[in-house]
Amino acid sequence: MRLLTTACAGALALAVMCTVASAQDAEGIVVYNAQHESLTKEWINGFTKETGIKVTLRQGGDTEFGNQIIAEGAYSPADVFLTENSPAMALVDSFGLFAPLDADTLSQVPEQYRPANGHWIGIAARSTVFVYNKSKLSADTLPKSMLDLADASWKGRWAASPTGADFQAIVGALLELKGEQVTADWLKAMKENFRAYRGNGTVMKAVNAGEIDGGIIYHYYYFGDRSKTGENSANVDLHYFKNQDPGAFVSISGGGVLASSKHQKEAQALIKWITGHAGQEILKTGTSFEYAVGNGADSNPALVPLKDLQSPKVDPTNLNSTKVTDLMTKAGLL
Amino acid sequence: MLVGAAFRMTQTIAQERDLVTAEDFLKIPRGHGWVSRWMTIAAFAITFLTILPLPFIAWIGWQTGWETSISLIFRPRVGELLVNTVMLLVLAVPLCTVLALALAWLTEFSDLPFRRVWAWLCVAPLAVPAFVQSYAWISLFPGLNGLWAGVIISVIAYFPFLYLPIAATLRRLDPALEDAAASLGLTPWRIFFRVILPQLRLALCGGALLVGLHLLAEYGLYVFIRFDTFTTAIVDQYQSSFNGPAATMLAGVLVVCCLVLLSIEAGVRGNARYSRVGSGAARQIEPVRLGKLTPLCLALLIATALFSLGIPLLTIGRWLMAGGADIWRFDEIGYAFYQTLVLAILGGLLTTLAAIPMAWLSIRAPGGAQRALEGLNYLGGALPGVVIALAVVTITVRTAHMFYQTMATILLAYTLMFLPRALVSLRASIAQAPVELEHAAASLGRRPANALWATTIRLAAPGAAAGMALASLGIMNELTATQMLAPNGTRTLAMGFWALSGELDYAAAAPYALVMILISLPLIWLLHDQSQRMAGR
Repeated sequence: MRLLTTACAGALALAVMCTVASAQDAEGIVVYNAQHESLTKEWINGFTKETGIKVTLRQGGDTEFGNQIIAEGAYSPADVFLTENSPAMALVDSFGLFAPLDADTLSQVPEQYRPANGHWIGIAARSTVFVYNKSKLSADTLPKSMLDLADASWKGRWAASPTGADFQAIVGALLELKGEQVTADWLKAMKENFRAYRGNGTVMKAVNAGEIDGGIIYHYYYFGDRSKTGENSANVDLHYFKNQDPGAFVSISGGGVLASSKHQKEAQALIKWITGHAGQEILKTGTSFEYAVGNGADSNPALVPLKDLQSPKVDPTNLNSTKVTDLMTKAGLL
Repeated sequence: MLVGAAFRMTQTIAQERDLVTAEDFLKIPRGHGWVSRWMTIAAFAITFLTILPLPFIAWIGWQTGWETSISLIFRPRVGELLVNTVMLLVLAVPLCTVLALALAWLTEFSDLPFRRVWAWLCVAPLAVPAFVQSYAWISLFPGLNGLWAGVIISVIAYFPFLYLPIAATLRRLDPALEDAAASLGLTPWRIFFRVILPQLRLALCGGALLVGLHLLAEYGLYVFIRFDTFTTAIVDQYQSSFNGPAATMLAGVLVVCCLVLLSIEAGVRGNARYSRVGSGAARQIEPVRLGKLTPLCLALLIATALFSLGIPLLTIGRWLMAGGADIWRFDEIGYAFYQTLVLAILGGLLTTLAAIPMAWLSIRAPGGAQRALEGLNYLGGALPGVVIALAVVTITVRTAHMFYQTMATILLAYTLMFLPRALVSLRASIAQAPVELEHAAASLGRRPANALWATTIRLAAPGAAAGMALASLGIMNELTATQMLAPNGTRTLAMGFWALSGELDYAAAAPYALVMILISLPLIWLLHDQSQRMAGR
């Protein structure tokens, strides 16, 4: 009897302690992070060291968090939202949930990497590429455009990660550039032709192993793997579509401060830090291999320079993630 | 005599403290005191919570508009998922059953050398989370994918769930029935099919149902090998749209799959009685001599142990060697270990506490209404974690902000998911505690709740511990619901493993896998030990 009462009381005390402990952890700011955890950790380590502001991460996907923040509304526990791509930022902004960013933060990034209303900002960028197995494809057999992959000759020969925000952003660009009909037809053909993997890294790994000829991914998976063991990229090369093709789409990773945040000052400071010199330098020297977007910031020298990519002009605020999810659900990809 | 003495003592105490009147005393033995009333209220409340996902799905369906909902349910993609899911169940469950039956027979009935060791090795795979099994296989065979990969790894990961009940039943069989059958001229094979197998029906049905429900709910295992089921598709939708209607409608179809499975099981199980007539101890079973078949049977056991334990341990070992000292980030692994432990202990405790009312009622106040209520509990527990999490996250984000992303909410979700595990163990042990003790304690002046604690619940402690161990084990390896519901900053071992393996950093994921296995092993040992002792060995 006494033993049980003690046990229960102990458990309750433990529960209270845990709640208190987690409340203490929540001191500082909460970041809903859809960026690669390793990159954001590098950022917040530098930020916390410099400012003393503690940061708690919640890890998830772009559109998952975008929709989650909308569902949470004014009660959102998040102070800052970081993504890999723009559509989720545009989504949250369309519900008016971002606080305007400080003017000196905005001035750190050129206009083409942020929306005109200044509600969020580009923190990094990535380029769409076609990764292919060198022994299966050569320069003359590569697709000229991403749209070619809808052709019957590509049946069963290419891969993608349709569940990820990255690929959905590329579809968003296609929708913006070519319209709904072309996109819906392309997705329908894709369902016939492609093979689904989960994660861009997994796509590259499969291409490298010769399981499949090629795949649509972002550029940095290749460079990241080359810089480490290279075990998943030894047999592959990257093909840049260029020529303003939808497949040459450069996706802007975004950062924003939520209007509902009770830590506006600290949250604004984090975005300023990431887009400032120290934050952008991490993109150049770290292992993320994403493009830097800050004024005068250089990207890693191993990368093909951003200006040489001949990417199509896409207004990031027009990328419509809800429509993309709908179209992909209709095509049976989700 | 005892009751009379107790009654006299009660009178004295009642006169002195004026707490228990004769009337109260007369009420309690019938089991209708206020304990019973509170237990009923608590059981109703908990049952209501467990089946909450069902009205939730209907609510979302209604909110979305039936036309849209129906177009989200009846589409080719759902058909593909249905084919995948049904094929998986149709192939994996029977294979699992045959394997578990063979293993159980060999370890319980045959003269196989080192039977006790083999029995333990058949249970030990429970310590390896299903997604770690998949990770091990995909490390060895990177191209592995599709239905057959899913079937093979599912069988390897889940056969112990069938082995345990079958072995436990075999251990308690009365050989007299076999003797009778043999004396009537039946051959050993016919004895097996006509005498032994029917007695195993409950264990086979229950175990197969458990495996089937686990396969429906499993996520990580199938992601590694690129095999899409309803659960993986729901998580995909969740990751694209948070709590969008498409995810909920998929959840609706998944729930229907669970219900079909439950009703098939109820139909096959039947109502026949399989208990032994008469009292007294059964004779010890004479082991069957395997003779020339020994090497073949040993090969089966060795292969099973190699596949279910050898491959994961070898792969983890290989990655640990490849990763060297760098992958042991003790601060991160230590923190994940601490958080996992806290969640598992608190969740296990809460689940066991929540199981008490229903378990108590089912033994002390059985009846039609109680049976229906208990059935609903099992129904709620049969729902996959992803469905429960989807319901809980949507309800808290829309109407109960206070509880959104709190420790309380995730513990509640764990309770709903693992309640049946605690309920089954607790009910069995409450049944063994005589109600008269409760009465005696009450008659000695204890308040009803105190009387309950001091007698029945204390006697039921071993069962409660087993139930708690089962629930904690489930929580330790839980992934999908934890990711959706955990408070900000939470990182359990399973989450850490999943994040690292998702970035293809298989070496850095290995320490997490190892720690998960190591903390599960003592619990498995406890459960195995207890099940052996309950069978009198």
